[in-house]
Amino acid sequence: MTKTVIEDDIDILVCGGGLGGTGAAFEARYWGQDKKIIIAEKANIDRSGAVAQGLYAINCYMGTRFGENNPEDHVRYARIDLMGMVREDLLFDMARHVDSTVHQFEDWGLPLMRDPESGNYLREGRWQIMIHGESYKPIVAEAAKKSADQVFNRICVTHLLMDDAKENRVAGAVGFNVRTGNYHVFKSKAVIVAAGGASNIFKPRSVGEGAGRVWYAPWSSGSAYGLLIGAGAKMTQMENRIVLARFKDGYGPVGAYFLHLKTYTQNGMGEEYESKWWPSLQEIVGKEYLDPEVSHATHRPIPTCLRNHAFISEVNAGRGPIHMVTMEAFQDPHLEEIGWHNFLGMTVGQAVLWAATDVDPKYENPELTTSEPYVMGSHATGCGAWCSGPSDLSPPEYYWGYNRMTTVEGLFGAGDAVGGTPHAFSSGSFTEGRLAAKAACRYIDDGKAEGIVVSEDQIERRKTEIFKPMETYRIYRNEITAGSVNPNYINPRQALDRLQKLMDEYAGGVTVSYMTNEKLLNIGLQKMEMLEEDLEKLAAENIHELLRAWEIKHRQLTSESVLQHTLFRKETRWPGYYYRGDHLKLDDENWHVLTVSRRDPETGEYTMEKAPCYHLVDVDKEKEAVA
Amino acid sequence: MPTFVYMTRCDGCGHCVDICPSDIMHIDTVTRRAYNIEPNMCWECYSCVKACPHQAIDVRGYADFAPLGHSVRVKRDEEKGTIAWRIKSRNGEKDIDLLAPITTKPWGSGTPQLRDVEPPTQEQRDSELLFNEPKYIRFDEGDIHTLKTNGLVMKQGVSY
Repeated sequence: MTKTVIEDDIDILVCGGGLGGTGAAFEARYWGQDKKIIIAEKANIDRSGAVAQGLYAINCYMGTRFGENNPEDHVRYARIDLMGMVREDLLFDMARHVDSTVHQFEDWGLPLMRDPESGNYLREGRWQIMIHGESYKPIVAEAAKKSADQVFNRICVTHLLMDDAKENRVAGAVGFNVRTGNYHVFKSKAVIVAAGGASNIFKPRSVGEGAGRVWYAPWSSGSAYGLLIGAGAKMTQMENRIVLARFKDGYGPVGAYFLHLKTYTQNGMGEEYESKWWPSLQEIVGKEYLDPEVSHATHRPIPTCLRNHAFISEVNAGRGPIHMVTMEAFQDPHLEEIGWHNFLGMTVGQAVLWAATDVDPKYENPELTTSEPYVMGSHATGCGAWCSGPSDLSPPEYYWGYNRMTTVEGLFGAGDAVGGTPHAFSSGSFTEGRLAAKAACRYIDDGKAEGIVVSEDQIERRKTEIFKPMETYRIYRNEITAGSVNPNYINPRQALDRLQKLMDEYAGGVTVSYMTNEKLLNIGLQKMEMLEEDLEKLAAENIHELLRAWEIKHRQLTSESVLQHTLFRKETRWPGYYYRGDHLKLDDENWHVLTVSRRDPETGEYTMEKAPCYHLVDVDKEKEAVA
Repeated sequence: MPTFVYMTRCDGCGHCVDICPSDIMHIDTVTRRAYNIEPNMCWECYSCVKACPHQAIDVRGYADFAPLGHSVRVKRDEEKGTIAWRIKSRNGEKDIDLLAPITTKPWGSGTPQLRDVEPPTQEQRDSELLFNEPKYIRFDEGDIHTLKTNGLVMKQGVSY
C-alpha cells in the first residue's frame, strides 16, 4: 500500500519552486549556511511555474544604477494602476531590492539585451527590460538547486502541517508523489509558500482543447491560496481578479507590441475608440483616477482595468473586433522579427496560431480579446496573503515581526502568495522569495520555532484525507458498468467544469461581461457550499487524477475566497476587471481600504474586515499640508 | 491535441514525462511510447518538445481555433547556448528561421554556491540587506533606499 516518507528536521521548507520559490531557496542558503533547506515542487523545477516556457522581458526593473527610477516611482505606478489598492510598504521593499536580483541573473548567464548606444539594459517600457529568456527558468533553478539540500520534484503539497503544541504556528507540510503515490511528510521549522495563483477557476473562452491555452499556466492551480487559506492565514484583496487584453485565442503578450514596437489598437471600423469612453468612465471612478490629460503630461499611465473597460464597452456597443495595428510597425523587418521572437520566447502557442491561420502582421492587423478572469498576485493584480512588512517601512497595522510572514507564525509567502504586491512579475517574485528567506532564517535564529510538536494523529488524518478520492473511486467504481457517470462521485474534470460555470455566471466571468451583484454572489456562495460538499466525494482513478483532485480543491478554496471578498467590497473599484452592478461606482469614502478575510479552518466560517490603506507621501508635501 | 508524439521516432525514454509542468506526458502501457494524456491541460509551452532527444514531439494547434497545416519546430542546444526556431504557415507563404541565445555562460557555471561564501556578519543579519547588497543594487558606494533617504512618509487615507 501507500508508503509514508518522512523528511524530518527541516529548517526551511519551500512549497513551490517557481520564481518565488527558487528565490527563497537561493537566499536561504546565505543566511542559513548550516540550515536544512528543502524544496517541494509538484512538477520539475527546471520547467515549473509561470515562467516554465520562458520570458522575453523582465517586467520589474528600476534601473536606479542608470539613473532611471527610484523605488517610490514604481510604488506610485502600481498604486495608480491598481486604483490605489496596494501595500506600499511591501511594494517599496520589493522595488528597493529587485535590481540586485536582476544584476545577479546577468551574472548567472541570463542574456539581458543592451541598448547599443547607452550601454544600459534595453528598455521595452519604463519598467520592462528585454531579455533572451527562453532558459530563464532553468537558469534560476540551477541557483536554487545549488542552495537546497534537496529538491523533491513531483510532490503535490496538499496541506500545511500545524504545530500541535502552540496554536497558529506552522510545522511543515504534507503531500504525495505524483509518480509513486507515496505519502510525503515534511516537518519544518518554517515554511515559505511560493506556490502559484489560479488559472481555470472562471470558465475560459476556449472550452475544448484550447482550454489549455489559458493566459496564465493551466498548472497554476491556486495552491498558494489553497494552502494558506486552509491553514487559517488571513488573505487580502482576493476580489481583485485580473482580466487581460491579449491577442485573440492565443493570449500572446501585447506589452512589447505596445511599448517597444509602437503598435496601437483600433475598433472594427478602424477608429480610435478609447477616448470616447473616458467621460462616462470618469463618472464611475472620478477624475482622480482617470485624467487623460494629466496622464499624458506626467506619463502617469491609465490604469489597466480602465483601458479594459473601454475595450469591453466598445465591443458591447457592436463595434468590434478590436485590432492591434501592426501593419505600420511591421514594415520594418527588424521589428517584425522582434514580434515573432517575443511570442517564441514566452507564448509559443500564439506563434502556432498565427502560423495556422496565416496571419502575417505585416499585411493584416490581428484581433485582440479580453480574457476570462484570473486570480493571482504578481501581475497587474494583488491577491494573496496578508503579510507583515519590514520593520523600517511598515506602519503598525502592517507589521508583526517578520518580513513576508503571514498571520500564521512561521508561515511566509512569496510571489503570488503575498497580497497587495502587484507588478512584481518574475524578478519581483524572486526578490520576495529572497526577502521571505532571510526573515524565515531570522525567525528560526530568534528561537521562535522551538518545541514544535506534530502528532501522529495529524499525520494520519491528512494521509486518509489525501488519498480519499482514490478510495472513493475504488469503492464505487464497480457499481456502474462503465463510463464516468456515477451517482456516488464526480471526477476532477466534472468538478472543474462546475466550478468554472459557477464562477463565470455568478462572480463576473466573460459570458456575463464581468458583471455581478450581491444577489448573484450570494447564490454563488450557496452553490459553492454544495460544491465543497461534493468535493468530499471526488473520485480519482489514478495518481494523475489525484493530482487533479487536489488542484480542484485548492481552486475551490481560492474561489470561495474570491466570492466572499467580492461580496464584501460594495463598490466597483476596478471597472474592466469586474463590475458590482448594485454599486456601479468607485467609493473612496467607504472603500479606500484593503479587504482582509480569514476562513476558520475548523468551521469554514468567514470573517471579513477592512484594513487601512497607507500611501507613500513626500515629506516636503506632507509638511506643506500640515502648515 | 497540442503536443503529440510521432510513433516512429519515440523510443519511450521518458524525458518528456520528466519535464512536463502539467504532468500530461505519459508513457502508453501498450506501445511503450509517450503521449499527451490531457490535451486541454497543455499550454503549448514546448518544454517536452525541447527536451526530446529524438525530435519525436510536435505541436498541432488547438482544435478549437487553429486550422491544420502549420508547423513551429524548435531545436534547443545547451552546449551552443542557442535556440533555433522554424515557423511554417498553413498556406506555405511564410517560412522563417529564427535564432536566439539562451545563456551567456557555459551551462550551469554562472550560479554561485552560497554555502561557501563568506558568512554574513551580525550587522548584516540585523540590516535589511540581502546577499550581495548593497553593492549589487547600483554598483556604487551607496546603501539601500529607506523612507528617510528618499524623503518619504507612510500616510493613512486617500492619496492618488
